[in-house]
Amino acid sequence: MDVLQLVVSGLANGCVYGLIALGFVLIYKATEAVNFAQGDFMMLGAFITVGLTNQAWLGLPFWLSVPIAIFIMGVFGYLLDLIVLRRMFGQSQIAVVILTIALGFVLRFIAGAIWGHETVSLESPIAGKDLRFGGVVLGLDEVSVIVVTVLLTVMLYLYFNRTKLGIAMQAASQNQLAAYYMGIPVKRVHSLIWALAGAVAAIAGVLFASKGAIDPSAGLLGIKAFAAAVIGGFGSLPGALLGGIIVGLIEPFASRYIAAGYSQIMPYLLLFLILVFRPHGILAQVHRKKV
Amino acid sequence: MRTVFKTSYDADINLFRHGAQAAWYLALLALALVLPVLLDVFLLGEVTNMLIWAIAGMGLMVLVGQSGQASLGHAAFLAIGCYANVLLQERLGLPFIVSFPLAGLIAGFAGVLLAIPTARLHGIYLAIATLAIAILTDDIIVLAEPLTGGVTGLMTPTISMFGLEIDRYVTPDRFYWLVLLVVVLTVLVYRNLLRAPLGRAFAAVRDSEVSAQAMGVNVARTKATAFGISTAITGLAGALMGHFAGVFNNETFSIIISIQLLLMIVIGGLGSIHGAFFGAIVVALLPQAIALSRDFIGGLLGTGSMAIPGLESAVFGVILILFILFEPTGIYGRWVKIRTYFELFPFYRRDMFRRQKSYLKTERLR
Repeated sequence: MDVLQLVVSGLANGCVYGLIALGFVLIYKATEAVNFAQGDFMMLGAFITVGLTNQAWLGLPFWLSVPIAIFIMGVFGYLLDLIVLRRMFGQSQIAVVILTIALGFVLRFIAGAIWGHETVSLESPIAGKDLRFGGVVLGLDEVSVIVVTVLLTVMLYLYFNRTKLGIAMQAASQNQLAAYYMGIPVKRVHSLIWALAGAVAAIAGVLFASKGAIDPSAGLLGIKAFAAAVIGGFGSLPGALLGGIIVGLIEPFASRYIAAGYSQIMPYLLLFLILVFRPHGILAQVHRKKV
Repeated sequence: MRTVFKTSYDADINLFRHGAQAAWYLALLALALVLPVLLDVFLLGEVTNMLIWAIAGMGLMVLVGQSGQASLGHAAFLAIGCYANVLLQERLGLPFIVSFPLAGLIAGFAGVLLAIPTARLHGIYLAIATLAIAILTDDIIVLAEPLTGGVTGLMTPTISMFGLEIDRYVTPDRFYWLVLLVVVLTVLVYRNLLRAPLGRAFAAVRDSEVSAQAMGVNVARTKATAFGISTAITGLAGALMGHFAGVFNNETFSIIISIQLLLMIVIGGLGSIHGAFFGAIVVALLPQAIALSRDFIGGLLGTGSMAIPGLESAVFGVILILFILFEPTGIYGRWVKIRTYFELFPFYRRDMFRRQKSYLKTERLR
């Protein structure tokens, strides 16, 4: 039973990583850019929900404030692309990486200035309740994180492979110029995908904040989620979830069976090994390099 | 505008393009030499700090600016250089003059070791791999507590060289001259590297790996060499950083430092020695400038000065975003544009430095 609880809590953690990783992959899939501020997006989404829900601030009902927060983060992502990232069009990937790292610094400061630097927890109806299956006690928050993540991954996967807009997004990334010629509004597609990534980050933030507490530096979790995305295979949506779950599971087991200090190291060690031996991840999408 | 008549083949690769340029740089060096007389102890410390950052910046610049490989993990090599230098002095009793170059060598060797498995990685993937190395190094320092002192950290001993005691607090001017000596040597190495075939190979690999290979450049070996040189210089900067700080632990070389280092050379201007120095000036002087302006604004509003946590990195972030959006070539690029404007007056045109845009094509098949 002990192992099962370890597995469930690892899965729940892993799903949060997976959700942030989904944001990375969404943007990468459609624009070939890497958003290093995705963790900070999640932090911002969580804080907006906290600001709307908690009694200390607005005190709106939880089920009302979550859609509002998702909407706000979507608009934020759209405007960010419209105002800032569109100017980066046609510049190197590394420039975008550096830009989003700087953006993360700024977002962390803004969140700290508005909501303070202490940890806050979200007053959500799914926090702190238990579910009992026979003899096993599972936290409602952990179970709902897993369910929501799996649902979201499936939905996004279908969206990318079945809908017209999803395929347009893939086309825009595969060959920008050809996509233009085919009549795809590449720039608007980019803005939409940033909006979508913002919305996913808001969902991840809500789940993360109801599972534990949140503070402005929680965005640094994004680095771990980033490792998850790479382990799974950058650019693959199921890969992001898979990588997140691997990272989430490896942490509690490493700290339990090796030594406490090693749970920090294991995800990055795995990341490094994956990069050396299978550079494009477990569910790789690159088969050979084209000149 | 000065027209240089090239009368020999060496004119293309001379250290200075013409006599006036050499005179300006010698004047700058002379000013740097007498700086301890002109400045008080606090300002001298700030300048020393700036120079150490500039060495680290040059180290990273060799990798990012010259050979086109982005690294988010150079704090790891700062740490390796710093710990190697202090441990060699304390555990083996080596003098500074031996342990300091050895620290650079060890950091360089570690860089080559890292470059061998990551030779296949490009762009973002390389950045991720080095990021992982930086985080791993941070954690390994904590785990290897008997050697590194863990989170309590280590103290740096006073340097004694040729019968002189060099300490950051007791004799700040001697420490400044030591750092300056390392800076000048590093600049010479860097400048000569660019004049040598190896530097040309770096540029070829940066601009196109495929064409470099076609021209007979061994890409993997060139990349590994770039890593080694870059991390060796960074290791030297790390050793000096340790002596500057006096006490250091794993937090001194956190992942934030690597990121800051990369952001610094981008602000300064990628691919130039000047860029490393301009970036270092921004990084080293920004905290002071923010403190001053905060006092000033506090005085205007009558609220007194108050500390705002995280303000420093936020201002840094905003400066960086503005630079990437409006001046991607950094401070040095802007300076070159202004200089060209006056040199060519009135023939300068806005599009003279226009960058070619490229349309993306993915390598993914699904």
